Amino acid sequence: MLRLEDGIVELYRKVATSLPADVEDALRRAIELEDGITRESLSKILENIEIAKTEGRPVCQDTGTPTFYIKTPRELSQRQLREIVIKATRRATREIPLRANAVDCVTEKNSGDNTGPYFPIIYFEETDESRLTIELMLKGGGCENLGQTYKLPDAQLKAQRDLDGVRRCIVDAVFKAQGKGCPPYTIAVAVGATKDQVTFLSKKQLLRRLDDQNPIPELSRFEQEVKEELNSLGIGPLGFGGKHTVLSVKIACAARHPASYFVDVSFSCWANRRGRLVWG
Amino acid sequence: MEPKRIKTPIDEETVRGLTVGEFVLLSGRVVTGRDRVHKYLYKKRPEEVDLPVSLEGAVLYHCGPIIKRVNGDFEIVSAGPTTSIRMEMYEPWVIRNYGIRGIIGKGGMGRETLDAMKDAGCVYMHAISGAAAYLVKRIKRITSVWKDDEFGETEAMWVLEVEDFPVIITMDTQGNSLHEQILKRSEQRYRNIINI
Repeated sequence: MLRLEDGIVELYRKVATSLPADVEDALRRAIELEDGITRESLSKILENIEIAKTEGRPVCQDTGTPTFYIKTPRELSQRQLREIVIKATRRATREIPLRANAVDCVTEKNSGDNTGPYFPIIYFEETDESRLTIELMLKGGGCENLGQTYKLPDAQLKAQRDLDGVRRCIVDAVFKAQGKGCPPYTIAVAVGATKDQVTFLSKKQLLRRLDDQNPIPELSRFEQEVKEELNSLGIGPLGFGGKHTVLSVKIACAARHPASYFVDVSFSCWANRRGRLVWG
Repeated sequence: MEPKRIKTPIDEETVRGLTVGEFVLLSGRVVTGRDRVHKYLYKKRPEEVDLPVSLEGAVLYHCGPIIKRVNGDFEIVSAGPTTSIRMEMYEPWVIRNYGIRGIIGKGGMGRETLDAMKDAGCVYMHAISGAAAYLVKRIKRITSVWKDDEFGETEAMWVLEVEDFPVIITMDTQGNSLHEQILKRSEQRYRNIINI
């Protein structure tokens, strides 16, 4: 039987060297509606995806800050799982290889193996399932740097504490981002009571399939409307102008404190790399 | 779109002949430099003789590649552009001081870099964002590396030989910037949506 550590190394390999089918499909559909250098660039991006897959090379040289979302059965030790993830990270960095991205903020030394304080990021959630589910996101620094957190109301944006206010924040964040983080983007948003709650929840929305449907009808409609509005900005693929600034918009709401209304906007570049390993 | 073929080092006349929107296939030497290299150049201001190669007429690539060691040799695995705007506070000085003629990156740069490009004769060459596996095919070899011990392989200065490396000119020596154009256009729309 394969060891879990091997399974996680292979999960890293799959996520780093290929794109989820729904993301690739969305890019293929986008090409049809673009022209000129935008169309040309998107077709090179698809060629890139193909080369990465067939040659086992990372799609993008920035293999990101590895972020794990792990659902555990009750009897499994989170401490042991963490150790396995760290071992697998070291091996994946060497074997695939991934780019070494963990830099110590005091000494400025790159550890060389993608491990360091709080790195990789690992979130655990206990479930009643008998199987272990590990989701991995490899998100690059370029799109991570575009993320924004807002506190509503915001007078400058004329953003009040309602979905219209949230919409204004998203449009603001994408306008400011321009083409700096490899559009077409996937935009993930969360609304809630505290800073840490919304940053966690917004990024987690990037695990959703682009073509899924938000279970809350108001939010499902909102996602569609905001997507169209963002694409009307005309920033376009790579920021060269065009119809596809974003591929998809995802939103989730936590309960909020009466005094607080935080909105967090996370970005993924076109290379929206995520994957899932189900074990046991 | 018929590409222009350009070899490095680039002279001033050639660089001033390039305009926004042109498609270029670049061949010759390209050196990488990202956050750490820029901060070092700006703060320590090393003399040309202390650098691994002359940067006069050179092309500087904002890139932190993935490197593999095969039998003691370096092999480049994936190497696309990184976001250039992080280098904005250093780049105008770097361009003027070292005589760089081309910056390869993604996302474009700001007004001060655009001004330096106009004065000193340099263009911004936009590579295909995220296309690291595709672009690495146009990198023929690694010639040398500088500061890999200090900065790590991700942020070292890699001296590369490229052949027909595809780029689009998005900032030129006449002060044109595709990025500024797109920003202005989207700003109109942004103001309409937000109603401010």
